[in-house]
Amino acid sequence: METITAVEMKHVTKRFGEVVANDEVDLKLLRGEILSLLGENGSGKTTLMNMLSGIYYPDDGQIYVNGKAVTIRSPKDAFDLGIGMIHQHFKLVDVFTAAENIVLGLNEGGRLDRKVIAAKVKEIADRYGFDIDPNQKVYDMTVSQKQTVEIVKVLYRGADILILDEPTAVLTPQETDKLFAVMRNMKADGKALVIITHKLHEVMDVSDRVAVLRKGKYIGDVATCDTDPQKLTDMMVGRAVELNIDCPKAEKVTERIEVQHLTVRDKDGIPRLSDVSFTARGGEILGIAGISGSGQKQLLEAIAGLQPCAPESHILYKDEQWNPDAPADDLENQKHVHELIGKSPLDISKMGVALSFVPEDRLGMGLVANMDLTDNMLLRSYLTGRGIFADRKKPKKLAEDVVEELEVVTPSITTPVRKLSGGNVQKVLVGREIAMDPTVLMSAYAVRGLDINTSYTIYNLMTEQKLKGVAVIYVGEDLDVLLELCDRILVLCGGQVSGIVPREEATKEGIGLLMTQFRKEAQV
Amino acid sequence: MTQFISLFQAAIMFGSVIMFGALGEILTERSGNLNLGVPGIMYLGGIAGLIGSFFYEASTTSPSPVVGMLIALVCAFGMAALGGLIFSFLTISLRANQNVTGLTLTIFGGGVANFFGGSLNKLAGGVGQISVAATSSAFRTATPLAGMGTAGKLFFSYGFLAYAAIVIAVFLHYFMSRSRKGLNLRAVGENPGTADAAGINVTRNKYLATCMGAGVSGLGGLYYVMDYTKGTWANDGGIESLGWLAVALVIFATWKPLNAIWGSYLFGLLFWMYFYIPGLNRSSQELFKMLPYIVTLVVLVAVSLRNKKENQPPASLGLPYFREER
Repeated sequence: METITAVEMKHVTKRFGEVVANDEVDLKLLRGEILSLLGENGSGKTTLMNMLSGIYYPDDGQIYVNGKAVTIRSPKDAFDLGIGMIHQHFKLVDVFTAAENIVLGLNEGGRLDRKVIAAKVKEIADRYGFDIDPNQKVYDMTVSQKQTVEIVKVLYRGADILILDEPTAVLTPQETDKLFAVMRNMKADGKALVIITHKLHEVMDVSDRVAVLRKGKYIGDVATCDTDPQKLTDMMVGRAVELNIDCPKAEKVTERIEVQHLTVRDKDGIPRLSDVSFTARGGEILGIAGISGSGQKQLLEAIAGLQPCAPESHILYKDEQWNPDAPADDLENQKHVHELIGKSPLDISKMGVALSFVPEDRLGMGLVANMDLTDNMLLRSYLTGRGIFADRKKPKKLAEDVVEELEVVTPSITTPVRKLSGGNVQKVLVGREIAMDPTVLMSAYAVRGLDINTSYTIYNLMTEQKLKGVAVIYVGEDLDVLLELCDRILVLCGGQVSGIVPREEATKEGIGLLMTQFRKEAQV
Repeated sequence: MTQFISLFQAAIMFGSVIMFGALGEILTERSGNLNLGVPGIMYLGGIAGLIGSFFYEASTTSPSPVVGMLIALVCAFGMAALGGLIFSFLTISLRANQNVTGLTLTIFGGGVANFFGGSLNKLAGGVGQISVAATSSAFRTATPLAGMGTAGKLFFSYGFLAYAAIVIAVFLHYFMSRSRKGLNLRAVGENPGTADAAGINVTRNKYLATCMGAGVSGLGGLYYVMDYTKGTWANDGGIESLGWLAVALVIFATWKPLNAIWGSYLFGLLFWMYFYIPGLNRSSQELFKMLPYIVTLVVLVAVSLRNKKENQPPASLGLPYFREER
């Protein structure tokens, strides 16, 4: 096939405040090809494509479509240029049929003749091999069917440049194969396709060319036939960086939480975690690595008692009296093993399990934004106190201590936490959780959005807790930090454990590879 | 038999008042706006129509019923739509809480209407009762078929607005289920983010639906004043209680205009039943007047239990839409 350039982006830059999401990116897309856009979380893949589809407007640089310089200011502009993007979150009206969703907002004139529309939808479906019933309601559809509606919607509007943002994230392998078959048909029809993904085997499977982004920068592009997963991983994660985070060994390491066959399904029945088994030990930091959305949130919430789990799952908490050396049939010793599945957070704390949780959503799940420091401290101790009155003295003291010890910058302890900066909010939250004298401390993206100094404060706090014998579970996104901070790193990929690597054996490339492809043999 | 006919007629007339209110509110709610100001808007429509026709009748010696009727219609629809505009501006542009705004509008509409209604009664002098006889007669003229025995009395003895309500209901049904504009409007009420991404102007749809819906609701107030109470005004809160029934009817009809037709008559039947049941005293009457509300509760429970998606309220009902909050 003759190569005609469909889209060219030259020196495109996009900043969000201080953060540079895309830095002078050059990208070329040809007609009749499938281009994979590969990169870690936050590498700017979606941002770049959003500029093509009109959701963001580039700060700098120029976009050419079919050789002409264009300005794309809105999704409508993008449609007019034949660019259609299928987002990760579907934009469909539940109570409408497939056909109604497809024609929504179109100004084709005439009345709404459902038969004519259905025929047109059928024609597109037959041409590319989609399986779609125009009269099916969206609420009756599987995720894969909804995705089909989204793609047909874009094609119905005459798009010939299609961008798919992580289309396979929600699909089963069979559905993925079907999608890829359709994508190949569209390619054969001369359409240009971009697939945003971080699954290497899919890149190898479906695409003709791979473009790699890292931290907003364009690393380069290669023809898929000239590369292999290892080379792509190297391009994606780059070289390891020295951070000099201390990682002393704790004196005593004991098993604290044993997770067995943990399976969590979301409300649509899609497994978010499947058959996850591992042990978290007191005196150790267990790092959890993985592309975001691989099940990290569900894992922590399952342990905290916030996620319903499948019946075969077990989360066993071994308290401080538990003797690791006792034989397995020692009934006395078994009394010190507690099942956490099916317990609410309150049950868990009543059982004497000191679990501290620093969730990803600090001002949503962690703290109440409109309440002041004292009241937020009180959230952990409101059940204590005399009669119907809560004891406010201790939380107030705790708030004062946290402000002093962690150097929280706040006008006073009666300031609502929403007025604090991100780093200070995190210090308040971490300070409160640590003050509970936990035996297990879980944190999700604890340093996200924090400056270097605060990040190091948090790292030191984690290490301090570890040395006290606490089992620390640290979900992180920066591999360099995970490699230096953690004693072991568990890698999640698509809700499954793709490997548990001890600090000594962990390399950035190895972890990167585990993050992007599930390898059974790598499981420990 | 005569008893049955008069109950039937009372039910239709009562039903027509709340059908207007409910149809307007269905249109509004389909765009995702929960306007609890329906009673206030019906008040505004009623009083504006009355004022318009009163001053027209006072200005000429021999007022034409048709002109008075047209003036009343325009005033009622316009004033009610203006009420809808206030609601739209507050909730769509300023993103005020819809429940609070709606309730405030109800209080506001009632206050305005009773203030001017009371003043009109005073202006009218005499017995202290305003009357727009000519205009009201135009509203109350029965169809020529009314003379056809029992069937004529049952079906053809009403003023033209009672039939207009049915026409509007059927029109709204076709508009919302068969036209592109209707599809777009429903998309706005279900999922404004999706509608926005599909190039539908969410703000314009919400404004139009809310103002037009309010206008239609306002006709209910006009029908109440001109036909139900025969062109008079009383500061008795009658419109308000019917306005709330209209809101209940929206739920009863599961947001479908065609259901509102028979639902409204059923409500009328249930409401007036006490009048025809012998042996009721003042307190047990009130128990019967509760029936429409109880039926609405039962329907609400039944619909929730069956959980059929088509019978649920528009998914984004009552929620403001911010484009930035994607």
